[in-house]
Amino acid sequence: MRETRTPRGAAHVTGQGGSGEGLRGASAAPRSRQPGGAGLRLGSILVFLLLWQLLAVTLQSATFPAPAVVFQRLLAEISSLTLPWHLSITLARVGVSFLLAMVIGTAIGIAMGHWRRLDMFLDTWLVLGLNIPALVTIILCYVWFGLNDWAAIVAVAINKIPTVVVTVREGARAVDPRLMQVAAAYRLTRGRTFVRVYLPQLYPYLMAAARAGLSLIWKIVLVVELLGRSNGIGFQLNVFFQFFDIAGILAYTLVFAAVVLLIEAIALRPLERRLTEWRG
Amino acid sequence: MLEIDIARKTYPDRGGRSHVALQGLRLAAWPGEFLCLVGPSGCGKSTLLNLIIGLDRDMDGRVTLDGRVPDKGIGVMFQEPRLMPWLTVLDNVLLVADDPQQARPRAIELLRAMELGDVLHTYPGRLSGGMQRRVALARAFVIEPPLLLMDEPFVSLDAPTADRLRSMLVDLWQRRRSTIVFVTHDLREALALADRVCFLSAAPGRVVLEMPVELPRPRAPNDVAVLELQARLLAQHPDLLAGLVTTEPPNDA
Repeated sequence: MRETRTPRGAAHVTGQGGSGEGLRGASAAPRSRQPGGAGLRLGSILVFLLLWQLLAVTLQSATFPAPAVVFQRLLAEISSLTLPWHLSITLARVGVSFLLAMVIGTAIGIAMGHWRRLDMFLDTWLVLGLNIPALVTIILCYVWFGLNDWAAIVAVAINKIPTVVVTVREGARAVDPRLMQVAAAYRLTRGRTFVRVYLPQLYPYLMAAARAGLSLIWKIVLVVELLGRSNGIGFQLNVFFQFFDIAGILAYTLVFAAVVLLIEAIALRPLERRLTEWRG
Repeated sequence: MLEIDIARKTYPDRGGRSHVALQGLRLAAWPGEFLCLVGPSGCGKSTLLNLIIGLDRDMDGRVTLDGRVPDKGIGVMFQEPRLMPWLTVLDNVLLVADDPQQARPRAIELLRAMELGDVLHTYPGRLSGGMQRRVALARAFVIEPPLLLMDEPFVSLDAPTADRLRSMLVDLWQRRRSTIVFVTHDLREALALADRVCFLSAAPGRVVLEMPVELPRPRAPNDVAVLELQARLLAQHPDLLAGLVTTEPPNDA
């Protein structure tokens, strides 16, 4: 199974044409916000809450609490510091697994993109890694390494590494040899060649891997916590499930979704903007 | 002084057979000389440049600059500008400097001299082809190279832009006196720029004719003197641009 899609903004980097003089217009129209976009989003959330409320009133069921009940529960969990504590543990697991998967996956991806024979050798392992169900890896890690945090983190990272490898490998294959030739002709040091010439060509692929990676890791961490940890959001969801505490499940889910959106807004999007600002 | 003595340079073609690109090629360029290499397509001009730059060292022969194998400090300009699109104009020029901090004033001065002072912090994607080539030229000169190799750097530019760039190049060369090896297939361009023109044969490439150009500077490809010299040369050697010389070189060049 090979990923063939091209990450956004990963088009070839040496489109340098035009035969005359003078400045060109912006190479791409700046991404402007759609007028009224914020209002539309707010309206969408309000409609969602309204539908939720209507369904709750219609069903009158303990398994389908109204929004107000969920928000009350959310406030209670926050004020008792239970939710922040479990959330911080989950976030730490997500962070460490994410870093581990990105670093290892990027190194292997670059190596496989660069050396054809290594790529052929490791390709079967990669296909295997992409197709082993996450649940199997998690169970095996817990059995082999014990019910501890490192087993949990390794299980999550193992699930993510193959997808990072596939994406970065595509990027490494797309590196422009003509730009590398410039670095070689001017005898740039290996470090400067890597940081200033090679790595920037991988940025779009690394961003794509990071985005996809984070969304996958969030989900896998919850399963890992549900199966073998005694803390974290996943563990809490399992407890709520056993007590049929739907308000608790929805309260934690809301916070979880909010944190994902926040990370996207304050970390990933600004980072992507910074790394690709040269595109105009 | 640049000295090239290549007995044989081969590389495998697509069918896996050995293709002889250069054979019996001997060439020298004096310090501060502007040497143009003219030859038909596929005669090994770019292969020769790669051997001089050191991007390819697999040959039967040797290339030396002042008696040593060329290493650092060679300026290069390729057919395309090959700028890093994620670096600003100034950073592209500083990229090749050993000490970017120290080279900064020199880079800014060079870019200003090339009328790029207003776009120092602009990304190359916003520049026209002509401006991008000027940046590439500044990048080649910022390291103050004793040797500058240029592989058809003004190809595909419109005529006025190419003329302007040639004039900037000659101006920089006259002030800094680097040795320049300039590859082109355009005879008028070679006659307008060079102190000496070397004509290469069709593959396997070797020098078939050397000719000093003693026309007064400044020159342009459309100058009457350049056009006359070209006409005389082609009258004497009708197949010269195909890499064939059948008579003796002219004496009045």
